[in-house]
Amino acid sequence: MAIPRAEIETKVSEVLESALGADAEDIVPTAILTEDLGAESIDFLDIQFQLEKKFSTPEKPFKIEQGELFPENMMSNPDFVKEGKFTDAGMKVLREKMPHVDLAVFEGDRNVKGIAKLFTVKSLCDFIEIKLKK
Amino acid sequence: MRWMWIDTIVAYEPDRRLVAIKNVSLAEEHLHEHFAADGALPAQPVMPASLMIEGMAQTAGILAGSVRRFREKVVLAKIQKAEITADVVPGQSIRYDARIERVDPMGAGTSGTIERLDHRTGAWEKIGETEIMFSHVDQNMSGLAFPEHNFVFSDSFRNVLRASGLGHLMD
Repeated sequence: MAIPRAEIETKVSEVLESALGADAEDIVPTAILTEDLGAESIDFLDIQFQLEKKFSTPEKPFKIEQGELFPENMMSNPDFVKEGKFTDAGMKVLREKMPHVDLAVFEGDRNVKGIAKLFTVKSLCDFIEIKLKK
Repeated sequence: MRWMWIDTIVAYEPDRRLVAIKNVSLAEEHLHEHFAADGALPAQPVMPASLMIEGMAQTAGILAGSVRRFREKVVLAKIQKAEITADVVPGQSIRYDARIERVDPMGAGTSGTIERLDHRTGAWEKIGETEIMFSHVDQNMSGLAFPEHNFVFSDSFRNVLRASGLGHLMD
């Protein structure tokens, strides 16, 4: 049975409160995990592990594979990133692997330093919603 | 001094659980400062809670390292939770019971319970809980390069593993 969006949002919010020590009122859909909620690199792994726990059921484990939620092992691949910017091939992979992030604004810039800004509270909720439908 | 805050490993379940013991002794210099006599207040030696967290981090870190046969450089990355509700005094023993919650190429999540043994009664009593995350630093997202040599699992760690009958894990 599908989980209603409101329940996904509540659970994601609980994970972010726990993993980042963020205040509930700051956890809004547009909040960026790094800039607005103070996430650092290890927090992404913490968030991943906590989401798995939160959305797993005895009947259906919820396992997030490496690189499924946040892009990993892409930055050091010269086919995907050249001179600090995502190549066309890199953008194609991002579009395929990350349907939960809004790449529209990123298309123009493509700077790897900007990638963290794509991960908002909404993108996490979208990720869960898409994954649960699979 | 050697930065070892566990004395021996007493239980090991591959990829799941590792239990270590720390005996607290008045021979440990730091206990005489924590807390020294102050005016009318007598000395009150207690094991610092911060060092109990270190002891659990070493226990859970060895467990996390053992999953990949100590090939990864496993470093303490985040303490999500550390609650210690009672003091441990010289003559008592501490048991760190660490469990793996999740391992990923990037790192590991662990949970643990801390217990103390009063040798007068022979009873173990739970006095704390932890949740600690470790990063496999060579896999970290920042792309920093670290030395080839595994500086995390030093000779001191290897000696504890060997003396606990777990030397084969390092082969």
